[in-house]
Amino acid sequence: MKLTEEQVRYVAGLANLTLTEAEIHQYAHDLSDILTHIDKLNELNTDGVEPMAQVLFAAEETATLREDEPRPCLTNAEALANAPVSGQGYYKVPRVIER
Amino acid sequence: MNIPSLTISSVRKGLADRTFSAVELAQEALAFAKAENPKTNAYLTFSDERALAAARAVDAKLADGEDPGLLAGVPVGVKDVISTRGVRTTCGSKLLEHYIPPYDATAMERLEAAGGVMIGKANCDEFAMGSSNENSAYGPVRNPVALDRVPGGSSGGSAAVVAQGTAVVSLGSDTGGSIRQPASFCGCVGVTPTYGRVSRYGLVAFASSLDHIGPFSRTVADSATVLTAIAGRDSRDATSALHEVQDYAAAMQQPLQGLKIGLPKEYFAGLANETGDRIQAGIEVLKKQGCEIVEVSLPHTEYAIEAYYIICTAEVSANLSRFDGVRFTTRSAKAETLIDMYKNSRGEGFGAEAKRRIMLGAYVLSHGYYDAYYIKAQRVRSLITRDFAQAFEKVDALITPVSPFPAFKLGEKVNDPLQMYLSDIYTITGSLAGIPCMNVPCGTTAEGLPVGMQILTKHFSEDLMFRIAHQYEMSGGFSA
Repeated sequence: MKLTEEQVRYVAGLANLTLTEAEIHQYAHDLSDILTHIDKLNELNTDGVEPMAQVLFAAEETATLREDEPRPCLTNAEALANAPVSGQGYYKVPRVIER
Repeated sequence: MNIPSLTISSVRKGLADRTFSAVELAQEALAFAKAENPKTNAYLTFSDERALAAARAVDAKLADGEDPGLLAGVPVGVKDVISTRGVRTTCGSKLLEHYIPPYDATAMERLEAAGGVMIGKANCDEFAMGSSNENSAYGPVRNPVALDRVPGGSSGGSAAVVAQGTAVVSLGSDTGGSIRQPASFCGCVGVTPTYGRVSRYGLVAFASSLDHIGPFSRTVADSATVLTAIAGRDSRDATSALHEVQDYAAAMQQPLQGLKIGLPKEYFAGLANETGDRIQAGIEVLKKQGCEIVEVSLPHTEYAIEAYYIICTAEVSANLSRFDGVRFTTRSAKAETLIDMYKNSRGEGFGAEAKRRIMLGAYVLSHGYYDAYYIKAQRVRSLITRDFAQAFEKVDALITPVSPFPAFKLGEKVNDPLQMYLSDIYTITGSLAGIPCMNVPCGTTAEGLPVGMQILTKHFSEDLMFRIAHQYEMSGGFSA
């Protein structure tokens, strides 16, 4: 499977990544290499095999139901402590809606 | 006191005999680690304050005649992808250079509750993605055994601090071999427990269905003790197992007579090199212990790397979407609009390998490719897991190499991502199946580079895995 630079730009958009022209060129090469290798999986017939969505199948290992009891959570100040920009108790981001 | 030769039991004895206090030990361990660190760059951050507070708590318990815990006073290094309250956690990324977690990972909480003293955060590949520790934004770690070589990755720093003697034990994380491979390169013990055995709460997520936390140490007993302290159900991680935690160190004393050990033939084909010779010598040690050695087959091994790099990159592209310039410390200065803020913050913040994997993951999950790649890989994962289940009907444990070659030189493979991925061949299968697996040292090459042997057992059979490893160590296997 070969990826074109156009496809790399499209995927970078999906992944919310700004890439330089040099990176786009490099990743078109790297991803094509890796995807070509991955094509090997097509040799294998997997008809009728269930996809493995989780490791521990036995329900008793990870029974997740519990009483719904309130517990303390992070304070507003703790939650915002790592924010690059905050104010009035909120995360601040560039304006989303134009007036 | 001789810091590099300490073990959990020698620390326990020193504290009990009043040879040193926990505070004295913490101070000396910190001073030693700081003096030694420039050689390897294994620690990214030292946590003096937290270490001394933890040590004071241990001394107070000792003074009051209380049980100070399984890990009382033991100096520990913690991989920098494990969240530590109040102590910078970078994940080896420039993006999190100033990130101070507001809470502890469960493993960290339990480590400290057991008396463990974290002295610093260990370097690693960015977001735990890499096999050489060369993807850290803070520079590579040098292998303490041979300073011009890589320590392995992604938990390179966690392996190096134990091998260098600047911590008694450490915590790492493993997604496709990130504990076992660096343990093998640095010549120490490294354990990847059953998936769900240790809570992932507070482990910065890489690939959630594959991520594990586990210990590094210089003796098998020490890893067994650390695992006993940190394992067990945690209501904050729904995938953590309810299965009862054993006293793993206590369960290791029984001889190996009569155990059936399988050698998967797919792992030994093409291993006609020094690594292969050392593993054969290790197998001889087990034979002398009375183990019956039989050949088994894990027929889908050859598809493991492909399935792994689909599943892990898909999960990475989802997990790393949270780093978008809003909550986690770093935002691009060049952003007028919201979407540009996301894109530029990520484009500037992530390193090359993180971006490569995010891109691959976004591609395999994208419209029209999801079934062809992701679902296909999940089906192959089922087949690989079934291979192990069938093998364990015939044998009690499996022995394989950990890496096809010993530690390579810094820079040797850094420009060939595919070759780097292929070097994970022997560790990825156990990760996909979620079974316990560990590295034990198995002699050295003629050049003096450590070789590692992998022991794998059934889900939740850590007791048997530690028993084999311990008996192997006691009969001289580490220098086989």
